[in-house]
Amino acid sequence: MTPSGSLLVAEGLRKTYGPTTALDGADFSIHPGEVVAVMGPSGSGKSTLLHCLAGIVPPDAGSIRYDGREMATMNDAQRSALRRSEFGFVFQFGQLVPELTCVENVALPLRLNGTSRKAAERTALSWMERLEVDGIGKKRPGEVSGGQGQRVAVARALVTGPRVLFADEPTGALDSLNGERVMELLTDAARSTNAAVVLVTHEARVAAYSDREIVVRDGKSRDMERVV
Amino acid sequence: MLRMSIGHTLLGLLESGPRHGYDLKRAFDEKFGQDRPLHYGQVYSTMSRLLKNGLVEVDGIEPGGGPERKRYAITDAGITDVERWLATPEKPEPYLQSTLYTKVVLALLTRRDAADILDTQRSEHLRMMRILTDRKRKGDLADQLICDHALFHLEADLRWLELTAARLDKLAEVVAK
Repeated sequence: MTPSGSLLVAEGLRKTYGPTTALDGADFSIHPGEVVAVMGPSGSGKSTLLHCLAGIVPPDAGSIRYDGREMATMNDAQRSALRRSEFGFVFQFGQLVPELTCVENVALPLRLNGTSRKAAERTALSWMERLEVDGIGKKRPGEVSGGQGQRVAVARALVTGPRVLFADEPTGALDSLNGERVMELLTDAARSTNAAVVLVTHEARVAAYSDREIVVRDGKSRDMERVV
Repeated sequence: MLRMSIGHTLLGLLESGPRHGYDLKRAFDEKFGQDRPLHYGQVYSTMSRLLKNGLVEVDGIEPGGGPERKRYAITDAGITDVERWLATPEKPEPYLQSTLYTKVVLALLTRRDAADILDTQRSEHLRMMRILTDRKRKGDLADQLICDHALFHLEADLRWLELTAARLDKLAEVVAK
């Protein structure tokens, strides 16, 4: 059954890497504006689930529908376009481009979509302001703290106005005070734009910023909201 | 451990087969009574309450008299009661572990899904953590510090829960001995 009004729905996902089964019939769904934590022990398949949902890795079996469209029927170019314009990504280590300044990093997705430099940097700066890092626009990633760098990464993920933000252990490299501030800013920003957030984390304090959680174990998912 | 959960624990122990009162006490002390063994009096008052409520029945009495000679068996209503207790998450609070530990061990002993109990408990803890996180976001520094204190305790419970979840197979081997 497809949960009505869902933006992204996956059913019966299977994925193996050689002899290893990463996903073994996992399901997932998320509504616009919802923050869903994906929890589970290391090696349970939670990152593979995120990669499949984001169209980075194709599942061996199962279906993924984004906004009513079956992802398997899209070609590579269509999936890339989807990732560039509709999805945003934040990883544990910001993965900023070291040669670019912070504002250039945030503006990069807009530049790749063809926005002029001036307009892109103006939008980038407004996002950096929301993430409280507008003062470091001219610095390069190597010159800022881990917490600042991660906020720059969140601004970059949100700058195109994505409808789904994929965050894989976004605070994993930060101390708890910085981590919590990043989670506050990230979830506030996502809620204000009605973006859905898929939040992969093994930390309960991070998952506490979600609306609900699913647990992945041995490649199978469990939606706790429908169980309790 | 609270009186209520002693009743449920004894019921859970009876699920694998009828036992005499003294046998029940010994099994309880062996599995759960590390620092506080049960008194015989507790066993018999608990068993008479369970008997009155129809959760156990007397399966036989050995000659010689005395309450310890009664053999008890769990009833269908008793099994349902254990089932309900195991499935209900505990109210998140510090020092929850002994009750949760008991539930996990009983689930393994009675071949129920122990991971299920841990998942349900994690969800209940997270529900409480969401409320505290929300209060913290909206509150002043004093609220934040008070909520943080509670959040750290709940987080510690959850870390124990994750470690236990990762060791369920080993624990199953140990309790089966």
